[in-house]
Amino acid sequence: MTQHDYHNHHDCFHLLNSLSDYVDGELGEELCNEIERHVADCEDCRIFVDTYKKTIYLYHETTAEPEIPSDVRLRLFHRLNLKDFLENSVGEAQE
Amino acid sequence: MNQQDQTEVEFSLEALQNGDQAEFARVVATYSGYIYRLALKMLHNPQDAEDVLQDTFIKAFHALPKFQGQSKVSTWLYRIATNEALMFLRKKRPDTVSVEVPHQNDDEEASRPLQIVDWCCLPEDELVSDEAREQLDRSITQLPESLRLAFVLRDIEGLSTRETAEVLEISETAVKTRLHRARMNLRESLTAYYQGKIPESV
Repeated sequence: MTQHDYHNHHDCFHLLNSLSDYVDGELGEELCNEIERHVADCEDCRIFVDTYKKTIYLYHETTAEPEIPSDVRLRLFHRLNLKDFLENSVGEAQE
Repeated sequence: MNQQDQTEVEFSLEALQNGDQAEFARVVATYSGYIYRLALKMLHNPQDAEDVLQDTFIKAFHALPKFQGQSKVSTWLYRIATNEALMFLRKKRPDTVSVEVPHQNDDEEASRPLQIVDWCCLPEDELVSDEAREQLDRSITQLPESLRLAFVLRDIEGLSTRETAEVLEISETAVKTRLHRARMNLRESLTAYYQGKIPESV
């Protein structure tokens, strides 16, 4: 493993600050090109960008569906005095 | 409520303001899964997440007469839920929770050398093993609360920058800054974890 002191490398530091917008597709074309040119020449930054992207990808990949366990749902509806609507809501959620 | 799968459900504002139980039950059925997931990611404990889930909808029900429909129902619920989660954390650990972004560590954080290890080459089943998933969740809970919220809302719940800004009542620039810092922190944390999984010969 290596460490990279980005604070002392102007181009690398510049890249870091734009990285979030870059991976979200919110960066202008010129800056995107600048990053891509830099990454092609700087192995540390190439690894950094790849692992930064992979981090976000892994969280997306492992995010569960917004489902609620049935016992949790049951207690929620009871607590809210909505148990009369439980049948319908379960059906709706499963659609 | 996720950007990819979200179709904002229409509710009758009038019925909600009048405390119509059937309409409120529809709101609960539609959004309880999202609120529970948010609470689980924030608190990393099913019992605590259930408490926050229940408190969120109790608060929401009592606030219905004042809900003007200026924000989407989902945004309004997320705002209540994030406040409940923060209050829960504060009650549980009163000395350690700061809602504010810890500015005092900015210089230290920015000047810290970053770990450079190419762990992207690891096989997918290693990257998303049960142990790795546990590490992903644990890493979120190690973030300062303000960064954790920005990350969970944007990258887990899939809200846009604008929606996240509305939920947290901060500027879009502040959302972007917090999200970037959260992602940087998580990358460091995952690098520390995954580097131990790389065979020495690689």
